[in-house]
Amino acid sequence: MDITFENVTYIYQHNTPFEHKALENLSFHIESGSFVAVVGHTGSGKSTLISHLNGLSIPTKGKVRIGDYSLSKEHKPGDMKELRSRVGVVFQYPEHQLFEETVEKDIAFGPENFGVSEREIKKRIQEVIPAVGLPESMLERSPFDLSGGQMRRVAIAGVLAVKPDVLVLDEPTAGLDPRGQKEIMDMFYRLHKEQGLTTILVTHSMEDALKYADHVMILNKGTKYLEGKPEDVFIQKEALNQVQLDVPEIVQFLISFEQKFKTAIPYQKQSVEEIARQVQRVVIGDELL
Amino acid sequence: MSNKLIEFKNVSFRYGEDEPWVLKNVSFAIEDDEWVAIIGHNGSGKSTIAKLINGLLFPQQGEIIIAGKKVTEDTVWDIRKEVGMVFQNPDNQFVGATVQDDVAFGMENRGVSREVMIERINQTLKAVGMQDYRLTEPHRLSGGQKQRVAIASVLAISPSVLILDEATAMLDPSGRKEIMQTVSQLQDKQGLSLITITHDLQEVVQADRVIVMNNGEIWDEAVPRAIFSKKGELRKIGLDVPFVAILADALKEAGIMISQEPLNHEELLEDLWTLHSKT
Ligand SMILES: Nc1ncnc2c1ncn2[C@@H]1O[C@H](COP(=O)(O)OP(=O)(O)OP(=O)(O)O)[C@@H](O)[C@H]1O
Ligand SMILES: Nc1ncnc2c1ncn2[C@@H]1O[C@H](COP(=O)(O)OP(=O)(O)OP(=O)(O)O)[C@@H](O)[C@H]1O
Ligand SMILES: [Mg+2]
Ligand SMILES: [Mg+2]
Repeated sequence: MDITFENVTYIYQHNTPFEHKALENLSFHIESGSFVAVVGHTGSGKSTLISHLNGLSIPTKGKVRIGDYSLSKEHKPGDMKELRSRVGVVFQYPEHQLFEETVEKDIAFGPENFGVSEREIKKRIQEVIPAVGLPESMLERSPFDLSGGQMRRVAIAGVLAVKPDVLVLDEPTAGLDPRGQKEIMDMFYRLHKEQGLTTILVTHSMEDALKYADHVMILNKGTKYLEGKPEDVFIQKEALNQVQLDVPEIVQFLISFEQKFKTAIPYQKQSVEEIARQVQRVVIGDELL
Repeated sequence: MSNKLIEFKNVSFRYGEDEPWVLKNVSFAIEDDEWVAIIGHNGSGKSTIAKLINGLLFPQQGEIIIAGKKVTEDTVWDIRKEVGMVFQNPDNQFVGATVQDDVAFGMENRGVSREVMIERINQTLKAVGMQDYRLTEPHRLSGGQKQRVAIASVLAISPSVLILDEATAMLDPSGRKEIMQTVSQLQDKQGLSLITITHDLQEVVQADRVIVMNNGEIWDEAVPRAIFSKKGELRKIGLDVPFVAILADALKEAGIMISQEPLNHEELLEDLWTLHSKT
């Protein structure tokens, strides 16, 4: 499903003394089947942006289109159910989407709600539990008696079980251990590649944005600040610093390297191994090879 | 002179009689001016340790001593005055109707005077970049703003033990760096035991010492450099090493003789520069 924002403004507590403009005149387009990363400083509007993607928020001004759906103040679809079955959202804090007595019921809740048969649900649970790295013994436990990372995995499993066409991920790896972070990001990427899932990832990891996304959008104070290919956006140190962000570590290393050795190694999305060879040539020289 | 401020002696804990042990015979000590990072796979027992330190839970076996006092139902209120804790999910700790009330709450409980209170509210909210949100209701904050306020609230009470349980997980790297700088400045100034529970390897590097948990047991306890030289073993227990260590490995592969496990870019670049000057 294509996603388009047309001049979207969103104001919390509109028309009260407390009103707060979280998005301002925001326009962008996400093509069906792409992988987009959204990055920005604390409070820049990322979570507000994605709350529009499943109709949880309706623009105060402007219009959001998701596939055939059109959401605006003038035009709210009466039934969001179908939209929500097609757009799966993993929220920033997993506690906000867990509520059943057991992990199994929690994962089953979404598909049940969208009319998936009991047999099919059983099958999906068998698929998603290992995909998020949980042991099957956890199905009987209460989701509230789990560790933070375990809760995160249950929340992700619940969204995957719905089999959405669009996957919206708000810092999905926060709270996961390093192996979990990598395995789960790789799994999202596989789903995106193999099943053509449109994926929207809000992340503070410039590394993940660089590694997985084909397009990145930087938000600042509710407006679009920069967008483009990750490898083009993430080398703009000064521009990023302006909005309290930083370049990925690998880019930072190359910048510091250039300052010390007065030789530039441009970042072109090369692997760490390739960078090591390039550094080797500058530091020791070719003659030793 | 540093003293042991926190001591775990053969502590075992389980959440119920029919439940498995989630901490098994855990012993360690933390000095009064030390920064210790606790790392470990999901479910390895890190948050459980934190909750035992401030007496939200009590061990079935072994004992926990904080500032010379054993943690029991009787001492827990005194101990909580010493311990400031930021939980993994900040929603679990907001009590005030506004950000400012929330920061004030802990101080009120400790009998801080009104003037000092106002000054500290201003100071700490400024330190975490949230001075413009004083009158906002906490539930109306963004994910990272919640974490910043939760940190301000605990800084305001100047505890002698500060536990941050993934308290910066929702911040971007530069925001994280800033907040950790604020915290470590406070540590230098006032001297406090700082315990950070984190999956952020960059943050672990800055600690004085690292405790690695695996399946409810202490797997290792050492300075960051020593921990991060065990790359293969760490990966086996679900962990990893920081980017700079991965790069150092790749450089070794490429035939560069790195002299020591680097902890940051500066160390690695210095090492490369020395090699360069020799050739
Ligand atoms: N309230 C509870 N009731 C029963 N078991 C619990 C409860 N809280 C945690 N556990 C279990 O205790 C073990 C340790 O949990 P703990 O929260 O200490 O892990 P952690 O190391 O903090 O993990 P994470 O990195 O995911 O936050 C886990 O297996 C978890 O499922
Ligand atoms: N329910 C709410 N009511 C009023 N204001 C809100 C509400 N939720 C968020 N805001 C405000 O809107 C702005 C954008 O918040 P949003 O949650 O979209 O930020 P974010 O980019 O996701 O930040 P973070 O990285 O911290 O999660 C913030 O200034 C925040 O304080
Ligand atoms: Mg957010
Ligand atoms: Mg935890």
